[in-house]
Amino acid sequence: MKKIIQIGWKDLRVIFRDRAALILMLLAPFALTVGMGLVTGTLSSSGGGLSKVSVVVVNLDQSTLGNALVEVLKSPDLSQLLAVEENSDATAARAMLDADKTAAVVIIPADFTASVIPQDGQATEADIQIEVYKNPSRQISAGVVQSIIETFLSEVETGRIGGQVAVAQLIASGLVPQQQAAQVGMQIGTRLANERSNLQTLTLNTSQASVSEEPSFLMYIAPGFALLFLMYTVSLGGKTLLTERQEGTLTRLMTTPTGPSQVLVGKMVGTYMIGLAQMTILIAASALLLGLRWGDPLAMAILLLTTVAAATGWGMLLAAFSRTPGQVSSIGMAMTLLFGLVGGSFFGGTLSGVIGYIGMLTPNYWGQMGFNTLARGGNLQDLLPVYAALLVMAAILLVISVSIFHRKGLLQR
Amino acid sequence: MPPILEVQNLVKKFGDFTAVDGVSFDIQEGEVFSLLGPNGAGKTTTISMLSCLLEPTSGDANIGGHSITHDALEVKGIIGVVPQEIALYEELSARENLTFWGQMYGLGGNALKTRVSEVLEQIGLADRAKDKIKTYSGGMKRRVNIGVGLLHKPRLLFMDEPTVGIDPQSRRNILDSVKDLNMAGMTVLYTTHYMEEAEELSHRVGIVDQGKMIAIGTQKELTQLVGENETLRLHTGEDVDVQPLLAALQELPQVIHVSASDNMVVLIVPEADDALPPVLGKADRLGYKIRSVDIQEPNLEAVFLKLTGRALRD
Repeated sequence: MKKIIQIGWKDLRVIFRDRAALILMLLAPFALTVGMGLVTGTLSSSGGGLSKVSVVVVNLDQSTLGNALVEVLKSPDLSQLLAVEENSDATAARAMLDADKTAAVVIIPADFTASVIPQDGQATEADIQIEVYKNPSRQISAGVVQSIIETFLSEVETGRIGGQVAVAQLIASGLVPQQQAAQVGMQIGTRLANERSNLQTLTLNTSQASVSEEPSFLMYIAPGFALLFLMYTVSLGGKTLLTERQEGTLTRLMTTPTGPSQVLVGKMVGTYMIGLAQMTILIAASALLLGLRWGDPLAMAILLLTTVAAATGWGMLLAAFSRTPGQVSSIGMAMTLLFGLVGGSFFGGTLSGVIGYIGMLTPNYWGQMGFNTLARGGNLQDLLPVYAALLVMAAILLVISVSIFHRKGLLQR
Repeated sequence: MPPILEVQNLVKKFGDFTAVDGVSFDIQEGEVFSLLGPNGAGKTTTISMLSCLLEPTSGDANIGGHSITHDALEVKGIIGVVPQEIALYEELSARENLTFWGQMYGLGGNALKTRVSEVLEQIGLADRAKDKIKTYSGGMKRRVNIGVGLLHKPRLLFMDEPTVGIDPQSRRNILDSVKDLNMAGMTVLYTTHYMEEAEELSHRVGIVDQGKMIAIGTQKELTQLVGENETLRLHTGEDVDVQPLLAALQELPQVIHVSASDNMVVLIVPEADDALPPVLGKADRLGYKIRSVDIQEPNLEAVFLKLTGRALRD
């Protein structure tokens, strides 16, 4: 066992000193992830799988209800979700939206409070109009803002109707004279506007909405690229066996009191360790530098272990069939791209149909499924079928690889 | 005292081709034994079988009381192998290489650290121990290559043509290393197609050709096989096309055999004194400048020629 680990550890050190390999193993997937994030505008420095929604509020009302809406948007309950900026200039706010600096612009008109709570005793039939401008490239985020505004307006409408009914009843009962109806109505409306308890459902609904909110696109594409380059890495690991055969170190290994099975398993362990190190570094880097959250840690760790195992199986199979390091490189690159394509690594999602079925043969497919599930809040239980599929894949491929090596001999004389 | 190595009728066939055909010999502890033969004679195949890399088609060998066909792991624990090609990890340092190979020989902990330091001193690379192998010169890599074979203090060291393709200084270093190792008690099985190396290093020589052991003995015993033939060496200098000269010298009745090697023309003649004037005359008429001439007593080259009809490096 000791020698197996020593052989694997040696391979890990050798690979990690190869600059070209490091670039492709670590830098390339990370750079692609960052690039995709910049291109799609989903790169966010905030924590969590959800980005804070940027919204600019123009409160032209500056009165009870307008201020209440601004307070709701800036409340502690919504602070995790919204990044609110106030602006007094509606034109400037719309310009920010056009420049893609914000997801939505909310313009509270000057007569908003007055249209709900008549100040001069005159009820108004005018519609309550708050303008919400949505950024077309951030549909989901803008939709969140719209949802919040709609809920607020619903509460306001409920309050207004309730107030009107209350005033009517007060007049009918003679408790309030007709002449004072407007004044009483205004007092009721103001009190309702000021009472936060009426707005509890607003925050509750928003919180629930945030849980089922679609995670950032980066949460799908980051594992996709990591899985894509994992296949390159394991082909590299398998290649080390043929390189050693070519350079004579494998023959030398066989002259030491080290059994062929120890050497072979050691190479497998080395390939596994390299793949695991790569994935761990990428996940840690994206968590620290990009603020991505990978979900349930235990579930994610097991997903890592099983995905790399399945990928290692493919790497060893490739080495078993190949005759030269050059062959491994060529076929390995083709395999990396093909697996990435059918496994959904390029899109951050698994495909359906015939391609989806073919994709099931790849670690990319199952790994992507697992990471996507985690991104949506899944847990260990949800991933059991994924683990099973990956472990079965690993077992079958490794058994086939071992039998081929056994038949051909490690040195293939 | 029983021999440390006893080879009994070792045979290796690859399909219809017989690479090693019933080779038998033994090596006493503390001696340097050379397997001398041209390329393709079966030297490396023999070493490969003795190193338990290849399974013999038939026959067996006993190393330190262990059979190569039944006790491979035990055999590998007591032999050291220095392959012909450099077999090291270029991205690792000398110390890391030696440490890894020491681990593969079952060494560990402080004992391994100490042994690695000792070997680094022995091969003269202690001050470059932390540098990656890929930064080393060819000669330095060869030294580490030898060092790996010494880590576990083997009882028997196999060196398979360790000087092929290297510069004269590095070759000199390696030959000196072998002599030093032997003086320290190491038993060495050395394969080569260079007669000079076999003559300089060996207590006994086994001459192999086409898979067969055709002669074994000390140099004296072997040269007695060929009688009194002498060897003439004409040094022509570098980058000289000697083919026309070879053809012309072969026609002289005083010349038994002529070949070219390392800026030299080598002639096997019955009597050097009789052969030298016509040889030099012919060279002069053809416009060759002979820088120097060596006359050598009967040697292994002559032995090989007598036994096979061919030169060692034909």
